Amino acid sequence: MKSPTNTSNQDLVLTYKYPWDKITLGIVVILICAVSGVAVGSVHIPITSVFLILFSKLDLFNESGELTSAWHTIIWNIRFPRVVLALLVGASLGISGATYQGLFKNPLADPYLIGVASGASLGATVIFLSGIPFTYGYFSLLPVASFCGGITAVFIAYLISIKSGNTHLSTLLLAGLAIGAFATAITGILMLRSDPDLRPLLSWLMGGFIRAQWSHSILIMPYMIVGVSFILSHSRILNTMQLEGYYAESLGVNIEKSKRILIVSATLVTAAAVSFSGLIGFVGLIAPHIIRLLWGTDYRTLLPLSGLTGAAFLILADLTARTIVSPIELPVGIITALVGSPFFVYVLLKTKGSTIDGY
Amino acid sequence: MVINLHNVSFKYGNMNVIQKITTDFKPGELVSLVGPNGAGKTTLLKLLSGTLKPSSGKIYIYDQLSYNLTPKNRAIWVSMVPQNPKLPDEISISDFVMLGRNPHLGLLQWESKEDFNIALESMFLTEIDYLSKRKLGEISGGEKQRAMLALAITQQSPIMLLDEPTSNLDISHQMKVMKIIKKIHEQKSEFGVTVLAIHDLNIAAQFSDRILLFSKGSIAADGTPKEVLTKKNIKSIYGSEVTIITHPEHGTPVILP
Repeated sequence: MKSPTNTSNQDLVLTYKYPWDKITLGIVVILICAVSGVAVGSVHIPITSVFLILFSKLDLFNESGELTSAWHTIIWNIRFPRVVLALLVGASLGISGATYQGLFKNPLADPYLIGVASGASLGATVIFLSGIPFTYGYFSLLPVASFCGGITAVFIAYLISIKSGNTHLSTLLLAGLAIGAFATAITGILMLRSDPDLRPLLSWLMGGFIRAQWSHSILIMPYMIVGVSFILSHSRILNTMQLEGYYAESLGVNIEKSKRILIVSATLVTAAAVSFSGLIGFVGLIAPHIIRLLWGTDYRTLLPLSGLTGAAFLILADLTARTIVSPIELPVGIITALVGSPFFVYVLLKTKGSTIDGY
Repeated sequence: MVINLHNVSFKYGNMNVIQKITTDFKPGELVSLVGPNGAGKTTLLKLLSGTLKPSSGKIYIYDQLSYNLTPKNRAIWVSMVPQNPKLPDEISISDFVMLGRNPHLGLLQWESKEDFNIALESMFLTEIDYLSKRKLGEISGGEKQRAMLALAITQQSPIMLLDEPTSNLDISHQMKVMKIIKKIHEQKSEFGVTVLAIHDLNIAAQFSDRILLFSKGSIAADGTPKEVLTKKNIKSIYGSEVTIITHPEHGTPVILP
């Protein structure tokens, strides 16, 4: 069976090593991005002072004087919570993007492109404008409402693509596009009919971290942790689900059950991300693709590294958004779209060459 | 009994693809399903693997109603090699073969050294070890077929179902793959059953303990290769005149067109 050129490889060894080295590298990169994110801004603060202020929180150093206390506020109350929120949202979008791609066997599935994010932001807007008090200590209704909106959107998109007879690449995206546009339109109407005083508060819906607070990160954490844990526990199942449904089932995967768990988890994670940062596209597309190109399609490697890449990317995108035309701040969604759209075209062209389902 | 079929029928729309089949597969049997195109061979395999559900009738696997088996339990008992499935291009051959260990692993459990060794063994056996790092999108149809066989062997299930396992292979590979299937079958102790749908009557004759000759969704003949592959049966089912001689080495029937 072997042609003479293929030498037998008797000392071939199969193993799987969890990518601790790559994860460590990712964490180092994120720390560098985070420190840059905290240090750089319209008010220049020397990097040594940044470290002093960060450590002063631990009461290791004590700075006095008015200027440094202003710096202290900028760093501790404005930039740092913002970087942390960008980190969490980026990680959420990276992981949920990779999950949707595996679920729908569609390399272009991104929480934003398949309408989940738009549905989630509609859910958040409804709660926001309804006048219902939505924060109770460490519990907020916003992520819950986002989740309801997001899960509705993804189920409609999925039903449409099944109903049309093929869960084909383009059908799901087009269905997602339609649902996303619809949800965004409703969101727009609600905003215009709302109390003018509330409108500035809705600016986060355009995608950004301008109003980021520590409490936001704390509020979305539980949803992220639950969703991400379910997703990571299904890594090996996601590997098997790369095969056609009946084939994966013959390998012991309960396809319907796994699909439900994964859709709900990925949507929960997306909703948590959207509920305080609004619509940020393409992170969920870019991050998993970079990892696939570098290190292959094993979801046990792909998922955590997509999360880390998404986090680093979004911290940098936010840094760019607030400094590129300083002192004006761009919505971070503009930066991710500027990078993401060409990337989308690249993936589309690359996918077209091979078979649609097999990526 | 390993598998029992009781009055099993299957319809696609109004078409009866399988009509009231009742038969048993006994421990240790290597059975070939033969017959013209559209006779129902592949459909029967899909019914046995659980990919399709019978329109009526009952299938028992180790005395349990097939319908009630969870995917996991079924996968521990039954492995299958489908015919020309769509496969993801980007997955490496070794990762693909390792998927065969999936039914034996819990949700949070990862492959042990032993799992890797089982996969490695089946890759050596099917002689695809040199393709280990290549991707499914980069290898030929015949190599894919061997990779799917390696995956099914890695699954270590007592029942193995194969749909045209030699269709994409040249004659030397056909013989090698059939010998591997036979070898795996014999290793599986007395509880195993191997069922293959196959076009090539001579291969079926040489390697099977028993042949089921299908015609229009029913079993037209059932027995040893010698009993089933007769001039009369082939004339009535395939409609062609053939000469049948005895293989000088194996003593099995050989069909000459």
